Amino acid sequence: MMTQDARALECTGLVKSFGGVTVVKSVEFTVPAGHVVGLIGENGAGKSTLSSIIAGIHQPDAGAMVLDGQPYSPGSPSQALDEGVALIHQEIRMVPRLSVAENIFLGRLPMKGGRVDRVAMNEEAAGALERLGVSIDPRRPVAGLSTAQQQSIEIAKAILRDPRYVIFDEPSASLTSAETDRVLHQITVLRDSGAGVVYISHRLDEVREISSEIVCMRDGAVVRTWATGEVPTDELVQAMVGRDFTFQHQAPQPSADRVVLTVRGLSRKGAFEDVSFEVRQGEILGFAGLVGAGRTEVVRAIAGADRADAGVVEVDGEPLRLRNPGSAISAGIFMVPEDRKTQGLNLAQNSPRNIATPWERTVKRTSLVTKSWLEHLAQKSTDGFDVRGSLAGPTLRLSGGNQQKVLLAKWLAGSPKVLILDEPTRGVDVGAKMAIYEIIRACAARGVSVLVVSSELEEVLGLAHRVLVMSGGRQRAILDRAEATSERVMSYAVPTTGSGPSTNASDSPDGLGLAREAS
Amino acid sequence: MTVTTDPAVDTRATEAEPKARRRFRSSNFRMFGGPFIGLVVMVVVFSLLSPYFLTAQNLSNLLQQVSILGIMAAGATLVILIGGIDLSVAAVMAFTLMFSAWLYKSLEFPFVPALIAGLLIGALIGFINGVLSTFGKIQPFVATLATMSICLGLALLITNGNTLNDFPEWFSEIAVARVWVIPVQALLMFAIFGIAAFWLKFRPLGRSLYAIGGNEEVARLSGLPVRWTKTLVYMIASTLAAFAGWLNMATLDSAQPTAAGNYLLNVIAVVVIGGASLAGGVGTMGSTLLGLFVVGVINNGMSFTGISPNAKPVVIGLIIILAVLADRKSAASG
Repeated sequence: MMTQDARALECTGLVKSFGGVTVVKSVEFTVPAGHVVGLIGENGAGKSTLSSIIAGIHQPDAGAMVLDGQPYSPGSPSQALDEGVALIHQEIRMVPRLSVAENIFLGRLPMKGGRVDRVAMNEEAAGALERLGVSIDPRRPVAGLSTAQQQSIEIAKAILRDPRYVIFDEPSASLTSAETDRVLHQITVLRDSGAGVVYISHRLDEVREISSEIVCMRDGAVVRTWATGEVPTDELVQAMVGRDFTFQHQAPQPSADRVVLTVRGLSRKGAFEDVSFEVRQGEILGFAGLVGAGRTEVVRAIAGADRADAGVVEVDGEPLRLRNPGSAISAGIFMVPEDRKTQGLNLAQNSPRNIATPWERTVKRTSLVTKSWLEHLAQKSTDGFDVRGSLAGPTLRLSGGNQQKVLLAKWLAGSPKVLILDEPTRGVDVGAKMAIYEIIRACAARGVSVLVVSSELEEVLGLAHRVLVMSGGRQRAILDRAEATSERVMSYAVPTTGSGPSTNASDSPDGLGLAREAS
Repeated sequence: MTVTTDPAVDTRATEAEPKARRRFRSSNFRMFGGPFIGLVVMVVVFSLLSPYFLTAQNLSNLLQQVSILGIMAAGATLVILIGGIDLSVAAVMAFTLMFSAWLYKSLEFPFVPALIAGLLIGALIGFINGVLSTFGKIQPFVATLATMSICLGLALLITNGNTLNDFPEWFSEIAVARVWVIPVQALLMFAIFGIAAFWLKFRPLGRSLYAIGGNEEVARLSGLPVRWTKTLVYMIASTLAAFAGWLNMATLDSAQPTAAGNYLLNVIAVVVIGGASLAGGVGTMGSTLLGLFVVGVINNGMSFTGISPNAKPVVIGLIIILAVLADRKSAASG
C-alpha cells in the first residue's frame, strides 16, 4: 500500500444485502500480498459475507474489487480460484470414500492417455502436504482422518492451485491448540511464498499472533483498522462490541421468586459439560457465546431434542425423564428451534396446520380436527402478532419475520411453563424483531420462564434478567443484568487459545473449575 | 412500537379469507385434474372401441377386479404418505393367505380363527417392517425388500409350493356376492377408503402422517411420536394386505403360494398415478382411488381391444411417466 506497485487485493465500496437486510455496507478492504490480515467481529458482523464475495460465492450489489491491478469480479468460486483467490471454509467438505489425493484434485484430476494419472496425482499431493509439514499418505481414504488433518488437506488443495490470495474462515473453530499451531504455521508458509492471507477467527490471541494488520467489522461495516498485530485484546473486544444499541434497553419486569426450571450438572459428550442454572417464574435467562460454544446443544437437551448423558432437569421441583421432545412438551417445556425452515415449520403447509401440529392431539377422542377448529386456533394464537401475508397459504410464501411469528404462535398456542427460544430473530427484519421482542417480554410478564439463545449480544442483553455465558462447551459465568456489559460478556465468551473448544471436551479440567467458580 | 391494537389486522384477516378459499379450491382441482381428465378420456375411448365396455355388467366386473388391488393400495398410500415404502405388501398377502389355509387344512383349525390368525401374522410382519425401519434405522426400501423375500419364500415353503383348496362354501360366495350391481368386495374396499380418508382428514393421529411425511424433524420437535406412528402405519398396510389375501383366496376359491404375482408393482403404480409423492407428505385417499380406476380401466378396457394383454404393463408404465410429469408441471405453475 505504501509503494505504488505493491500487489494487493483491494475492495472498494462493497455492498451486499439479502432480502432487504444489508449485511455488508460499503466496505473498503485491502489485502497486501505477502501479508496476513486478521479479520475480526461478532457473529453476524458481515465477515463471512465479505469473504464469500471475495471468493465469488456471492456477487456484490455495488462496489468493485481489484486484483493485482486488474479488475476482478468473480461469478463463481471456480472463477475466483482460476484468478487465484481461494477460500478455506469453516466446515470441511470432503468425499470420505475417496483418497486424500483424489479429494485434493477433485474436479481436475490429472489425466494421461485417457486415464487418471495416479502416480502424478499422488506425487503432487504428497509434495503439497509435505510443504505444510503434515505426513498423510495421499493414497489413503479421507474417512477416519481427524478434523485437523482434513483441514490440512483443504489447505493443500488450495496451495496446489497456487493462489495469490487465501481466506481462512475460522479454520481453528474445531481444532485443539496444537492443531491450531500447525494451521498457523501453514499460513506462514503460504504468506512466505508471497500470498496474501485473510485470517478470520474468534480467537483473538491467534489473530494477534499471526496478523500484520487487523480489521474489525461490526454491523456490516469496517469500524476499525490497526496497521499492526500488536493490539491489546481489550481494545479488540471493545471495537467488536462497542456500538450504540440499535434498540432501547427496556428493563423487564421483575420475576417472581419461585424457581420453575432447575438444571444441574447437565452434560452431553462432545457438546457441553456440567451446565447448572435455575430460572424463576417470569424470568428471562439469556445464553450468550460464540458460534460453537454449545448453547444450542444445551437448550436442545433441555427440550428433549437430544439426549443428555448426565445431569438433572427439574420443572417445579419434579425431575424429568427427557426421552424425546414429546416428554418435554408434556412437562411444559416448549422450544422454538434454531432453524425455522428445517426444524420449526413444515413450509409446504399453511399456517393453521403448522400451528396446530403439536396440539391436534389435545382434541377429545370423540371430536374431530376440523378446518374451523384449525382456523380458530390459528386466529387465537396469532392475535396481536401482526402476521402480514395470508395464513391460508403455504408458510413458504411468508417472509422470514412472518414465518418466525407463525412459529412463535405455534408454541404459544399452548401454555408453556418454560419457553426456549433459539435464535428467535435470525434473518428477520428490524420491524419484526421489535414485535418478536414484545411477544417475548409479554410472555415473561405472564409468568413464563424464558430461555433465549442468541448470537446477537445486544439481543441477549436487551431481553434478559440474567445472562449465562458459554464458551467451548462450558458455562463460564452467569451475570446479572447490571453486571452484564458487552465487554464483560465477551471477555467470558472469547476463548483464549488452549482452553478453547476442543474436539474432546472432557480433557481440560481447568474449564470445569472456572464454571464452578462462576456459578 | 406496539402494533398489537392496529385495527388493520382484523380487516386484513377478513380480506384474506375468500382469497384463501380460492387457493384451496384451485389446489384441489389441480390434484384431481391430470388423472381425472386422463380417466375420462380413457373411458370415452374404450366406450367408442367396444359396445361392451360401458355396461353395468362390465363396470361391476371392473369394480370386482380392482378391489383386492385397491385394498392394498389404501395401505400403501399411508406408507408413502409418511415418506416410506412397503415392498412386502404382495408377499405378505401371499404368505398370510397360505398360512390361514395351512392352519385350516393341515392343522385342522376352525376356519374363521385361521383367517384371523392370518390377519394377526400380517400385523406382526408390519410391526417388524416398522421397527426395522424406525428403531432399527434400516431404510424402509431395504427392510421391506428383506421381509418381501422372506414372505415369498415362506408362502412356498409352508406347503412345499402346493395349492390348497376346499374352503367352506360361504367363503367363496363373498367373491361373487353383490348388493344390487355392486360387488361386496368393492363395498369393503370403499369402506376402507372412506375410513382411511376420514382418519387422515379429521383425526389427529391420521393427520400426523402428513406432518411426519412433510418434515420428520419438525414433527418430532412438535412432540409427535414419530417412530411409533410410522410403525403403526406399516402394521396397517400389512394387515390390509392380509385382508386382501382373504378376498384373493375367496375369489380363486383356492390358496395359491404364487398369489403375489405382479401386485406389488401395480400397488405402487396406483398410488403414484394418483399423485402421491414418494418423498412423503403429499397424497390423499381420493387421489389413490382415482389412480386405482385409471389402472383398472386400462386393464379392463384393453381386453376389449385386439391388443395383446402383454401390452398392459407397457401402457401402465407410460401412464406413470405421464402422470408424474403432469403433476410436476402443475406444481411448478402453482
